[in-house]
Amino acid sequence: MSERILDRLAVDIGGTFTDVALDHGGQLVTTKTLTTPARPIEGVLNGIRAVIEMAEIAPNQIGTIIHGTTLASNALIERKGAKTGFITTEGFRDILEIAYERRYDQYDLMIDKPEMLVRRDHCWTVNERIDADGKVITALDEESVRAVAEQILENGIESIAVCLLHSYLTASHERRVREILQEVCPDISVTISADVCPEIREYDRACTTIGNAYIKPLMASYLEDLSGAITAEGIESSLFIMTSGGGMTTLDTAIRAPIRLVESGPSGGAILACQVAEQCGADKVVAFDMGGTTAKLCLLENYKPHRSRQFEIARAARFIKGSGLPVRIPVIEMIEIGAGGGSIARIDSLGRIAVGPDSASSDPGPVCYGKGGGKPTVTDSDLILGYLDPDNFAEGKFRLDRDSAEAVVAEQIGAPLGFDATVAAYGISQLVDESMANAARVHAAEWGQEVAGGTLIATGGNGPLHASRIADKTDIDRIIIPCAPGVGSAIGFLSAPVSYEIIRSLYCRLSSFDASLVSRLIAEMETEARDIVRAGNNDDALNEKRVAFMRYDGQGHELEVIVPEGPITAETGEILRQNFEEMYLDMFGRLVPGVDIEIINWAFVAATMTTPPAKALIPANTNPAKPSGKTRIYSRKDEQMIEVETFNRADLSTGDRVEGPALIAESQTTTLVARSFQAVIDSAGNIVMNRIG
Amino acid sequence: MSNVQNSAASEIELQVMWNRLQSVVDEQAQALMHTAFSPIVRESGDISAGVFDVEGRMLAQAVTGTPGHINTMAESVKYFTEYFPPETMAEGDTYLTNDPWLGSGHLNDFVLVQPSFLDGKLVGMVSCTSHLVDLGGLGMGPDGSDVYDEGLMIPPIKLVDAGKMNDMLMQLIKYNSRAPFQNEGDVYALIACCDVASDRLASMMRELNITSLDRVGTYIFDTSRRITEAAIAEVPDGTYTHSMRVDGYEFEIDMVATMTIQGSTLKVDFAGSSPCSRYGINVPLNYATAYSVFGLRCLFAPEVPNNAGSLGCFEVTGPEEGCILNAPRPAPVAQRHILGQIMPDLMYGCLHQAIPDRVPAEGSSCMYDLPLRGGFEMNKGQDATQYAVEVTHNGGTGARPGKDGLSVAAFPSGVYGAQVEITESVAPLLFRRRELRTDSGGAGLYRGGLGQNIELESRENQPITWFATVDRVKYPALGRDGGLNGAPGVLRLMHSEIELNGKGKQEIPAGEVFDFRTPGGGGLGNPKERPAALVAEDVRLGLVSREAAERDYGVVLTPDSEVDAEATRNLRG
Repeated sequence: MSERILDRLAVDIGGTFTDVALDHGGQLVTTKTLTTPARPIEGVLNGIRAVIEMAEIAPNQIGTIIHGTTLASNALIERKGAKTGFITTEGFRDILEIAYERRYDQYDLMIDKPEMLVRRDHCWTVNERIDADGKVITALDEESVRAVAEQILENGIESIAVCLLHSYLTASHERRVREILQEVCPDISVTISADVCPEIREYDRACTTIGNAYIKPLMASYLEDLSGAITAEGIESSLFIMTSGGGMTTLDTAIRAPIRLVESGPSGGAILACQVAEQCGADKVVAFDMGGTTAKLCLLENYKPHRSRQFEIARAARFIKGSGLPVRIPVIEMIEIGAGGGSIARIDSLGRIAVGPDSASSDPGPVCYGKGGGKPTVTDSDLILGYLDPDNFAEGKFRLDRDSAEAVVAEQIGAPLGFDATVAAYGISQLVDESMANAARVHAAEWGQEVAGGTLIATGGNGPLHASRIADKTDIDRIIIPCAPGVGSAIGFLSAPVSYEIIRSLYCRLSSFDASLVSRLIAEMETEARDIVRAGNNDDALNEKRVAFMRYDGQGHELEVIVPEGPITAETGEILRQNFEEMYLDMFGRLVPGVDIEIINWAFVAATMTTPPAKALIPANTNPAKPSGKTRIYSRKDEQMIEVETFNRADLSTGDRVEGPALIAESQTTTLVARSFQAVIDSAGNIVMNRIG
Repeated sequence: MSNVQNSAASEIELQVMWNRLQSVVDEQAQALMHTAFSPIVRESGDISAGVFDVEGRMLAQAVTGTPGHINTMAESVKYFTEYFPPETMAEGDTYLTNDPWLGSGHLNDFVLVQPSFLDGKLVGMVSCTSHLVDLGGLGMGPDGSDVYDEGLMIPPIKLVDAGKMNDMLMQLIKYNSRAPFQNEGDVYALIACCDVASDRLASMMRELNITSLDRVGTYIFDTSRRITEAAIAEVPDGTYTHSMRVDGYEFEIDMVATMTIQGSTLKVDFAGSSPCSRYGINVPLNYATAYSVFGLRCLFAPEVPNNAGSLGCFEVTGPEEGCILNAPRPAPVAQRHILGQIMPDLMYGCLHQAIPDRVPAEGSSCMYDLPLRGGFEMNKGQDATQYAVEVTHNGGTGARPGKDGLSVAAFPSGVYGAQVEITESVAPLLFRRRELRTDSGGAGLYRGGLGQNIELESRENQPITWFATVDRVKYPALGRDGGLNGAPGVLRLMHSEIELNGKGKQEIPAGEVFDFRTPGGGGLGNPKERPAALVAEDVRLGLVSREAAERDYGVVLTPDSEVDAEATRNLRG
């Protein structure tokens, strides 16, 4: 049998569209089909059939399918998960209710706590105790577990989360609880915290375990159905599932730990941004994805996204940090703000224009969609300012109604402030851009960085339109608009590695570094991560990384310090100190002598190797591109509508140059080249805009 | 284009600038949080950051963890301009003080001010505050007999003189501390935070092509004042006096406020309050003002950001001869936050007379701290771990108009409660229990939030030293409008049943279990009017006992926890 090279296919299920991208021997075939919420698998199959037809291949030509989905997130947001119960150590029934004892909005006396996924009367305790050294000080009372099992059956619980104190050090009690439950109530799904989140901090670990338990039955049946349906299509490929950390994992792991799948869609966008950054040699990047309801921002450094170990689900107030339940999983760090095309503008109580976070979303949508929307949105103001072509929006599927948009913007925003529709639209536009720029700056500061002088990579239906003004407000001099910015996540999936990351807590101070303890922990992590990655890819060499999360005693922020290769010995502690001090000096300019250094967590990542993309080049000689027409847009400098040239992106080729102000249109978005920028098409087809003068 | 359109576009730029100034202070605060050493800074954001105009009027302030910096920072910058008149300020200067009466109420809070320049011209000032770990003296406890016992006090002084670091001052700050390098790191972080803000301020002014903050200042102050005044004007005119009694230290304390509302003005005075304590629970007026105004701002146009316009609508004064809420120098003030955190309850007591349907019942309000130490008093050779931890816990908040109080939630402070696993990892302690305290929420049409039961002991069978700084042990959070009081705090040794005091150093002997129960919030409205179904749900969830349901709410339940309608009707009458 001759070896043939099989194709890779990526599927991303979003709220509105399911995106499919096929890599057929280097040729990219993409499609967007409507998501079918009642049975999402149908949308997936529709998309797969469409690209198979477009690429004219046989189904068995597909060797790998990579799948990302918002299903897990939606089940949490819409509270559609299983009826879940919680078991913890006696005396600690209220880990969930007590949380961090904190109110997330200082000035609002009337806030509600985030809604728990488990009612207090479904929180039970068992008699046992492990101390902070991992020693059993009270043996597990198995009768107390059996008594809880009776309660579980009586209350019709479908899924159980078990989180006992200090189980991240000693998991034997949790495992025994699971065994007993499987014996007494075999139909009930059980998640133990030592499996999904072996990290210190009982509240975070409990929330992660509960989140997993809550979506596990639903995700298991969905993933098993999907796997069956794909086989039924005649595709004999391996199925991989995208995780929030930006890698992909096997079906089995996904079914066991579905909490790692939340937010996998946006992580695809970040992977694509990393690829584009590497193509273009942009080492400091703000990846900016502005869609219909929100904008997402992610910082990239040296072609890698900032990563974090915490995410929030089920927020009481969607855009307020701290209002949700913490989930400790490896994630690509992003912030989401309520600023998209559908974001609604209003006059606040201080007489100022405020935009979002409320959104007209896609139904009824902005006023100009003519689908009954009566509130002014960002898209309405973009239309009034001339950035959108009313006749060629969404591939000409429907015509935008500019008159209605003007009337509503003039009435609801213009009239109270004494502005006409154009100035009011300019105000909406300015303030939404300002809020995105502010979010980017403050987010960078949270990481001890700044965005000025970096590169902006803009995607999403509205990103390329707003990018240049955000760049102006953040002192960014280069903007890149990748190819097919509308299906970025699916394309990103195609280049994701098979990877798995484990984080475990083992508190130690460098002054009393215990090499044998650390060595044992790391060996366990290595075996687990390698096994999972090998299950998905048996052949290739692996990229492996060991990390210690270190800080000065008493400090809040930890640095991720690389653990040297080879066996862990007493010397490792000294190397870690040197590595930490070097990194600290680099970031903060001075060391803190005399203060002990502590290690809180350890991480191990195993991933298959990926090939870096070819460098994108800009020819030495660029040529003025040929415009496709003219239109009128609002100019801040002239304070009036001015005439500019428009271009079709499909007509542009490498080396073509567009001087701002101008618009470059493509099927799912429009790029605004501001007056202060000049755009060039590079050899990879990216639009690269550089600030001039 | 007409001038009308021109001014319209520039009005939009004013709105953009206001947003940007808010973002500058947020960025400033994040920069500080990122590098700060003190646990209270990272756990609760005990910092502040603000931008000011050339006259020292505050344009914007970051919303950070604790309200103690509201007003204090705004006032502090005015003192700095007296010490360093604007015409003497040079580019690259940064000033510092930790004087509790000029800064933020106790020595641990360092306040920095830096003049900001654009193309050589003074255009504004930036300021930030952070809580430092240690400044010598007796430390943060309340046992100093005056402020000089509490540590090193620094008057407003040049920390950086036209770009040149005042090394002598830095040496003093390090030399007088048990945590010299953390202090040095924190001071540099504060300077860096001011630098970030000055830089962002200048780049905003360049982008928007302005050379002065006067116009945006006027816009911010006028708008903020107008909206805040309108909110005050909705309250009926009158003079409302309220008196609260709290535990205190060596004597019980009356906190008295008289609030006068006339049209759009609101004034508060503390005449009638108890005299100062000999211990460090006294409150400088700036700090009493901060928590009072915070409580008021939660009710009056909370959507308006803090600035000279919105804060200027509230005037707080203390009697000239001084009292515990207007502690004169050199009173000890290290633990000024105990009473400070009760100030919002005092304000709501006044306002309840004017707008009874808008204010919550009293809450547990003051934090329930567990500063614990062990191992230091041991003889050499004994196998006891030395440790010092400061663990924060909280009680319940008062019932709110239309809603129950929040169980185990910090208000008004924003300090995080500790996780048991963390506390046990850093100190040889063992928690036996941390659970909601059934029946601690004051009964009412709206129920007060519940406190919690904590039981802890030494894992090494050693004594534990506790530095108590809690209140509401004798005097609980009061209910309103027929709502019952929340349960007071309980501090006792479980085996010997000895009651401990809410203030001062005490010992938990080896082998004892410390029974530490935080207070519940007060109830609001007649408990007999609480829908019986809600009471039954509280019983099912274990928040209220069956006995309390009958006794306090007049609700009788069947054995399977459903409402016994007839028995309830009979009982409720």
